[in-house]
Amino acid sequence: MRRALLILVPYLWLLALFLIPFLIVFKISLSDGALAIPPYTPTLDLSAGWEGIREFLTDLDFENFVFLSTDDLYWKAYLSSLQIAVISTAITLLVGYPIAYGMASAPDHWRPTLMMLVILPFWTSFLIRVYSWMGILSTEGYLNQLLIWLGLISGPLTILNTNTAVYIGIVYTYLPFMILPIYAALERMDGSLLEAAEDLGCSRITAFWLVTVPLSRNGIVAGCFLVFIPAIGEFVIPSLLGGSRTLMIGKVLWEEFFNNRDWPVASAVAVILLLILIVPIILFQRNEQKSREAEE
Amino acid sequence: MRRLTWFNATSLTLGFAFLYLPMVILIIYSFNASKLVTVWAGFSTRWYGTLLQNQAFLDAAWVTLRVAVVSSTIATVLGTMAALVLVRAGRFVGRTLFSGMIYAPLVMPEVITGLSLLLLFIGIGLDRGVFTIILAHTTFSMCYVSVVVSSRLATFDRSLEEAALDLGCSPAEAFRLVTLPIIAPAVIAGWLLAFTLSLDDLVIASFTAGPSATTLPIKIWSSIRLGSAPRSTRSPPS
Repeated sequence: MRRALLILVPYLWLLALFLIPFLIVFKISLSDGALAIPPYTPTLDLSAGWEGIREFLTDLDFENFVFLSTDDLYWKAYLSSLQIAVISTAITLLVGYPIAYGMASAPDHWRPTLMMLVILPFWTSFLIRVYSWMGILSTEGYLNQLLIWLGLISGPLTILNTNTAVYIGIVYTYLPFMILPIYAALERMDGSLLEAAEDLGCSRITAFWLVTVPLSRNGIVAGCFLVFIPAIGEFVIPSLLGGSRTLMIGKVLWEEFFNNRDWPVASAVAVILLLILIVPIILFQRNEQKSREAEE
Repeated sequence: MRRLTWFNATSLTLGFAFLYLPMVILIIYSFNASKLVTVWAGFSTRWYGTLLQNQAFLDAAWVTLRVAVVSSTIATVLGTMAALVLVRAGRFVGRTLFSGMIYAPLVMPEVITGLSLLLLFIGIGLDRGVFTIILAHTTFSMCYVSVVVSSRLATFDRSLEEAALDLGCSPAEAFRLVTLPIIAPAVIAGWLLAFTLSLDDLVIASFTAGPSATTLPIKIWSSIRLGSAPRSTRSPPS
């Protein structure tokens, strides 16, 4: 009895506020836009009984998805979101791995402090951190002032409102998500394995590629998914740092919903985004499960 | 792995400089007397004064705080229950679906979560406001809580509970006297995580807040978009 209650309460909560909302999104993506409240048709009329349900079902169609596939904007937005997410995940890995490696090789008594320094940015406002990059990257910003003062460039560079600024923003925001799983993997590594490799004649660099990298593989995979998946649907970073030509699907969905008030199209955009994400999400969960089993 | 070479020290220094420089610059310039973000005109606390007199900001901060406290508290209870289910309940019908629903929100793009919750609230005719933001925040943060708590529960030595039961505790007493104190650090960490997530959320709050409730991130967002952001709107380290 107690066990049933323990299961039911969170289960029902998640069903009602996580699963059912998705079914509603799916249903509305099959509806047509209308100038009404709510702004779509058909609406389910239960008072008409079976007849109402039948009529409701026959009015649903895939028209919005056909519309999405014929309009260039959406294709380009999905592709450019994927591209931005892949490139920024790669950069985050290149930046994050040396940091995680440095943390794992630091003296033991430093580690809690270093760990805290990686987590601390989470406790400050994400919005404000992205905003501060606007001040750094703008044409009169600190970066340009510094570079001109150093004599490296003669005129200011345009970085803000370009895709470069979006890459910087994503790498900066998601860096801790990359560092933490890699650090966790590296920290568990047995240092004597490296010594053994070196004793057997590996150079340090070969030992790194042959021993350290394969052993931190699970951390690398987890980190990449934790950056890649949310980066695809990112809204705040491309809106603040990207320009009018930066196309990302999160931004398109937001504008479709809030500016154009086209709920069915916004829902269809969300359904397709979800379909794109299902593969990486399942792969991510597999990887998590594998590394958990490896621990046991 | 115990060698801190020059290479490692350099990558640590550069890495942390990259993480912290933007925040340091922001804090310094929040004391700038000039109205222009990029020009320094002397030390001043005028922006903090302006902020404290801005009623709209104070109202938004109050709404944000209430939402964060209530939603993180409910999320901690639900999330701890979910963690107990994940680690302890064994097999039951729909277990795969349950664990899927716990992990999926962690990586779900916020725009999708926000949109789907909004459509639900409109579908059932619930007026949007503080209450709907609380429901939304509770739902995604309970998943974070349950991940944090379940990792602690997984390493928990169950013989301690069995000992308590042998010594005459009821299951409820064993939970309160043995289990809860041991998992307490994880429960508290989960609450703090839920609290921060709620304080910081812009996208989901924008979808689920009606015109009657504005949270601080929504307010900051609209002032950044209008180009007149008071620079001193740093969130207090919570």
